[in-house]
Amino acid sequence: MASTIKMRATERNGVVVVKALMSHPMETGQRKDKKTGKKIPAHYITEVVGEHEGKRVMTAYWGPAISKNPYISFKFKGGKKGEKVRLSWKDNKGQSDSMEVAIR
Amino acid sequence: MKSKTIILAAAVGLVAGAPLAAQAGPKEDLKAFREYFMKRFPGVPLDEFANGVYAIDAGMRSEWEQMEEFPPYELGLDVGKAEFYKKFKNGKSIADCFPNAEKGIKQNYPYWDPKRKEVVTLELAINECRKANGEKPYKWKTGKLAAVSAYIGYLSRGKRINVVVPENDPDALAWYERGKRFFYAKRGQLNFSCADCHVVNAGRRIRANLLSPALGHLTHFPVYRKKWEAKGTGPLAGFGTPHRRYGGCNKQVRAKPFKAQSVEYRSLEYFHTYMSNGLPVNAPGVRQ
Repeated sequence: MASTIKMRATERNGVVVVKALMSHPMETGQRKDKKTGKKIPAHYITEVVGEHEGKRVMTAYWGPAISKNPYISFKFKGGKKGEKVRLSWKDNKGQSDSMEVAIR
Repeated sequence: MKSKTIILAAAVGLVAGAPLAAQAGPKEDLKAFREYFMKRFPGVPLDEFANGVYAIDAGMRSEWEQMEEFPPYELGLDVGKAEFYKKFKNGKSIADCFPNAEKGIKQNYPYWDPKRKEVVTLELAINECRKANGEKPYKWKTGKLAAVSAYIGYLSRGKRINVVVPENDPDALAWYERGKRFFYAKRGQLNFSCADCHVVNAGRRIRANLLSPALGHLTHFPVYRKKWEAKGTGPLAGFGTPHRRYGGCNKQVRAKPFKAQSVEYRSLEYFHTYMSNGLPVNAPGVRQ
């Protein structure tokens, strides 16, 4: 199955900027199903981790306030072109996904 | 309900000083329309109006440019492309009905059909293609229809809008005038016209949102709205055709919406797109 993460990492003047778009319903748990009237169960990303060459450079704790198909952008120092950056997410249902790109 | 165009236009101070004689035709309307917006938003190049609110607000523009790095409509466009080339039971495809699509054709829609004496929109043409080939037409306003229209629009990026109101055809002019009246007529419980928001108050806030100028509307349709994406599921949820938006706008001023491809909405689309003649197509556009 295709990854839920589209990602790009660019290095400039010693700083790497990572931008990523994740496909995820980010259901708050408060929305009601129009047909049944029941609440749609909560399903949202709880943790996002960014790693550079295996070392953690960013951790984000998310909740239902983050919108559907979230976009994240973060920077870190010390990455060089060609080195690997990995972004991973975990959600409240135990699902997860991860994506790795080379720094351009 | 429908006020006379001339009185209404004067009342909203739209074209102060310009002659509003009964002889003023589409070309004069277009010139006045452009002049109004160029004066209202000085420093915005004419072509930039195709980008709507992003032409007049730096903050929203920077958000949009970030969104365009991973365009949310990409997956939907792929579906539209697949549908465009998919073979019907009789071996043909939508692509066969639009042989010049790859060169860009969206800029010519909607067009006046002198034999049928009606305005044909791109969405109408797509579904007529399906029916003519023995296939069930798509549902209007959303889904696969919008995706196919978005794909055709995408292929036409950069082409200049070129809606034609034939000079010596009073029937065509009547449709144009009907659309123009619709645009300037007040409607709904809130008693707003399209012009109230998108001409008089373009650039001002409506709650947390910014009103886009009408100049440049429809260059970026079908549109991919984050609001529709959030409500639905799947890669096509965000797409909507002009008539979907017209219906939504009418509901928002608490007026009963017209049906997709109704005479009213097709007339409106005819006038509305004509007002963006010369501007570049940049469909599908991403909006809130």
